[in-house]
Amino acid sequence: MEMIKLTIDNKIVEVAKGTTVLKAARKAGIDIPTLCYFELGDMNIENKPGGCRVCVVQIEGRKNLAPACATEVAEGMIVDTHNIRVLNARRTVVELMISDHPYDCLICAKSGNCELQDIAHKFGIREIPYQGEKSTYRKDTSPSIIRDVDKCIMCRRCEMMCNEFQTVGALSAVNRGFNSVVAPAFEMNLEKSPCTYCGQCVSVCPTGALTEVDHTRNIITALADKTKTVIVQTAPAVRAALGEEFGMEAGTIVTGKMAAALRRLGFKYVFDTDFAADLTIMEEGTELLNRLGRSLNGDTSVKLPILTSCCPGWVNFFEHNFPEMLDIPSTAKSPQQMFGAIAKTYFADKIGVKRNDMIVVSIMPCIAKKYECQRDEFKVDGNPDVDYSLSTRELAQFIKQANIDFINLPEEDFDHPLGESTGASVIFGNTGGVIEAACRTAYEIHTGKKLDKVEFNELRGMEGIREATIDFDGLPINIGIAHGLGNARKLLDDVKAGKSKFHAIEIMACPGGCIGGGGQPYHHGDSSILKKRAAAIYREDVGKPIRKSHENPDIIKLYDEFLGKPCGEKSHHLLHTHYFDKSTEVFIEEQ
Amino acid sequence: MAKFKKHILVCGGSTCHSLQSHIAISNLKAILVEKNLEQEIQIIETACFGFCSSGPVILILPDNTYYKCTSPADARMIVEEHFISGKKAYDLMLAESQIDGLASNPKLLASPKKQIRIALRNCGNIDPENINDYILNGGYLALGKVLKERDPQQTIDIIKKSGLRGRGGGGFPTGLKWEITSKSQADQKYVVCNADEGDPGAFMDRSILEGDPHSVIEAMAICGYSIGASKGLVYIRAEYPLAITRLKIAIAQAREYGLLGDNILDKGFDFDIELRYGAGAFVCGEETALIHSMEGMRGEPTFKPPFPSVSGYLGKPTNVNNVETFASIPVIINKGAEWFASIGTEKSKGTKVFALAGKINNVGLIEVPMGITLREIIFEIGGGIQNGKKFKAVQTGGPSGGCLTEAHLDTPIDYDNLIAAGSMMGSGGMIVMDEDDCMVSVAKFYLDFTVEESCGKCTPCRIGNKRLYEILETITQGKGTMQDIDKLKNLSYVIKDASLCGLGQTSPNPVLSTLENFWEEYIEHVTVKKCRSSQCKAMMQYIIDAEQCVGCTACARNCPVNAITGERKLAHLINQDICIKCGACVEKCKFNAINVK
Repeated sequence: MEMIKLTIDNKIVEVAKGTTVLKAARKAGIDIPTLCYFELGDMNIENKPGGCRVCVVQIEGRKNLAPACATEVAEGMIVDTHNIRVLNARRTVVELMISDHPYDCLICAKSGNCELQDIAHKFGIREIPYQGEKSTYRKDTSPSIIRDVDKCIMCRRCEMMCNEFQTVGALSAVNRGFNSVVAPAFEMNLEKSPCTYCGQCVSVCPTGALTEVDHTRNIITALADKTKTVIVQTAPAVRAALGEEFGMEAGTIVTGKMAAALRRLGFKYVFDTDFAADLTIMEEGTELLNRLGRSLNGDTSVKLPILTSCCPGWVNFFEHNFPEMLDIPSTAKSPQQMFGAIAKTYFADKIGVKRNDMIVVSIMPCIAKKYECQRDEFKVDGNPDVDYSLSTRELAQFIKQANIDFINLPEEDFDHPLGESTGASVIFGNTGGVIEAACRTAYEIHTGKKLDKVEFNELRGMEGIREATIDFDGLPINIGIAHGLGNARKLLDDVKAGKSKFHAIEIMACPGGCIGGGGQPYHHGDSSILKKRAAAIYREDVGKPIRKSHENPDIIKLYDEFLGKPCGEKSHHLLHTHYFDKSTEVFIEEQ
Repeated sequence: MAKFKKHILVCGGSTCHSLQSHIAISNLKAILVEKNLEQEIQIIETACFGFCSSGPVILILPDNTYYKCTSPADARMIVEEHFISGKKAYDLMLAESQIDGLASNPKLLASPKKQIRIALRNCGNIDPENINDYILNGGYLALGKVLKERDPQQTIDIIKKSGLRGRGGGGFPTGLKWEITSKSQADQKYVVCNADEGDPGAFMDRSILEGDPHSVIEAMAICGYSIGASKGLVYIRAEYPLAITRLKIAIAQAREYGLLGDNILDKGFDFDIELRYGAGAFVCGEETALIHSMEGMRGEPTFKPPFPSVSGYLGKPTNVNNVETFASIPVIINKGAEWFASIGTEKSKGTKVFALAGKINNVGLIEVPMGITLREIIFEIGGGIQNGKKFKAVQTGGPSGGCLTEAHLDTPIDYDNLIAAGSMMGSGGMIVMDEDDCMVSVAKFYLDFTVEESCGKCTPCRIGNKRLYEILETITQGKGTMQDIDKLKNLSYVIKDASLCGLGQTSPNPVLSTLENFWEEYIEHVTVKKCRSSQCKAMMQYIIDAEQCVGCTACARNCPVNAITGERKLAHLINQDICIKCGACVEKCKFNAINVK
């Protein structure tokens, strides 16, 4: 590797050719503030348009200041990162940004997490010398995401996530100059765009321009209503990240504290989406084995690979982009929706509560779940199986609001029966986890043999696209895994072209799977946080006494008492769904 | 042109076109038919002659007589007097002084006065829709020469030696750019012609494409041969329909003649050209923004490096040159690098086309050798300031250039001197201002343009220029303070220093150069709230001189906001709180009783 020697603030630094000045400076322990720059290390995600100009530095011999994030080092380069010229330019740039920004930090959803606020604080900005007109734009509220473009600083991170990483293409810059904003094509609302509500734009937005729709108020109202039985389910990835909001180290598992907090918030029953994840494995695993068996027996009407369908962002993505392949994904509903369907039938009957008097709340690492629970096909006579969905961040906010001392809270268990779960369901939170859980069950059902070792390490990792062949006792099963919709698109294009060799593919919309979901605590580009969450999830799996979904005693009981058999008639009615062609729904002229 | 005895060349340039030169053509045609002369006299629509203030202009060849032909009566007089009587229609002829100064007259090439026409050599002299005309005038000779006698590197060396620098404004050495692109390794390279002329009032590229499209095609092919590219793209504004039409005709003709396409002139060189249309965004003149626009992306610049010569259109090495740069290439090949380098200054060789506009007598297009002074351009070629007023400033380099003053009139014009003076060459706009122009308002006018045309990508340009504009607005409203002037300065420096592309890096130039050269005008605006040119209405007062006023009531009757009161035959009074300073009263007053202060 060719090495380059340069001088940064009188320090000699040696870095590989192609390194940026920013990274070289960081290597030398010199901090250069950034704003539009964003990186998520292991995911190949990088945004360096060089647009905000906060990271400008002086490079000897150059007429103008250069953005450290986008300037490559050169031999003998002499860089000054904090002389008066640089500091004045940076400060003026931030003052300009704030001069075109609402001053509503007190009530902004991003307050405390806002990178513009951080920089203003760091620079000690106390007044704005350049007052003038502010750019204004209508607020756009979709089922999951709120766009408040007045707060947009044109960092274009959302655009990069949406276009390059997710290949969704819902957001891009429109208009010119002072009127530039990031918006869907033709300045339509997000609902009329191919947006999947994956929420990755929200995850990376440095300000309050993109935030999730807040359902907390509805839940407080429901909890206060004595005629309602309010129950809650919590998704696997939430327990691996919630603690971060209370200052705990990333990767701290807070399952017990979370259950205790939810009970203190007033939820009558605190259940676990993991239970429904085990149920998903029963249904999806059975469906996989059915399809596989028929295919191996020469039934050409069967389509393979089967695609997982737990991730609502992913479901939206294929409904928009691959409408000709709607028969490929598993028909199994997502765990959130399976939970709702079972809660409002099986469990409601058990406790003698009418469907309409039960409110089901989900705590999700995801904001697409807010949209998913509002889909018409998940309602019975207008009453949704899941009423409200809160993100991990909203739950943390809710707990703080209720003055619960989360850190010192004694741990508690989930309620029964919908709180019992296995290690297989916990790993749903990681990329590769769903398919690993499915393999644990499908292997044993197909071969009739016990697995010696339940871990399938070949399915784990952080690479965007992974593949592995699992030996089902002589039958090689080819598995594909993708996280990030851009990676998913590659696998799907192969399937469409008839070039895919896979029997089953797991897809998660977000980087790292649900642990990197759009509703999780902001990682601010620190990929080590995602890795720590992933490791925590696998630790939780190891610690579980039962690690295979089909061995979950309450699942077995559920089939015995209520459902009959996996993929049976009742399951088909309650636990399976169908998909819609949404490719024609976008960009329809608004009234 | 052989079968006709005489030719009427009608200017189809943008100014004459908007002065309805197409109607002049039909008028002339009708009279030629009436007089049975249509077999003898041919009418050709050409491009700009450069006499934009006198349009619609026609040139009769081979007599070399220029007429202004506005009405059917003019057309009749020209045909009857010039062709039938054999005299001249003296009343309609352009003044000798004007022709001497600005002419595209071929004679001038032989005996250069102030102008030397290289890029504009054929404009107005040939039928741009006829490839034979171009070939008769030495067209495609350079391409043939290069393909037969020179290898690519030798060709690049000629361009390098000529000292030609980019005429789009940046002034980067053209030969060096070609060389860098030629050394980039790739399976496909591109030659791009930047025809996204965006400076207000500039129309040199348009005139070349309308008047001599083959010169650009020929040069692009030469460039393609030199750098190893087989594909050429012309990025042209969709608002230039005539240029597009003529370019399309020219490309089709060149293909037909085997001068584009496969195996050109049997030398095994393949090259073809396609058009790409711009939607009129000023920033798309910046080469990276232009390339993104051609790729179907948002037209906004990206950080360099990588330079287009390494990674450009579709990620392939791309050489982007401006129309005027290309138009100079065939001449350099034909006449030699030494000849070209003998014109101009030490670091800026050859000629530059300027679009003269503003308060100048001879508005139009000129091509002058580098090193000419502003004084020669404005007072000799341009015929001085209109209405005998006093020269105040000249804005060069378009909206991102600077205002130069009397003190700069004798500076030889070249890339480096203009930058040293606080302005720039730009694409060659030159707008002349007289004593009636308020320099704060001038700066505001240009900022208005850049605020509109900023792509919005980087903060200093997107928000900074807006704030600059707002501060200038405050000052022209009479509400400015000395702090505002400090803010103007700091903001201008930061925008220049920290912006991403050339647009932002130069957009404060009008502010900085007017602050530098007209400091006292700014101070007057903010301290005594006075605009010496009476342009800033907010600071003006219309006052009726009671001594002069006879009480005729004309002013009061014509005031649109009823701000004027007074009894008949008694002096009137203007209520300053109501007055909107429209000036209607001044126009109506027959007694010069209303003064503006």
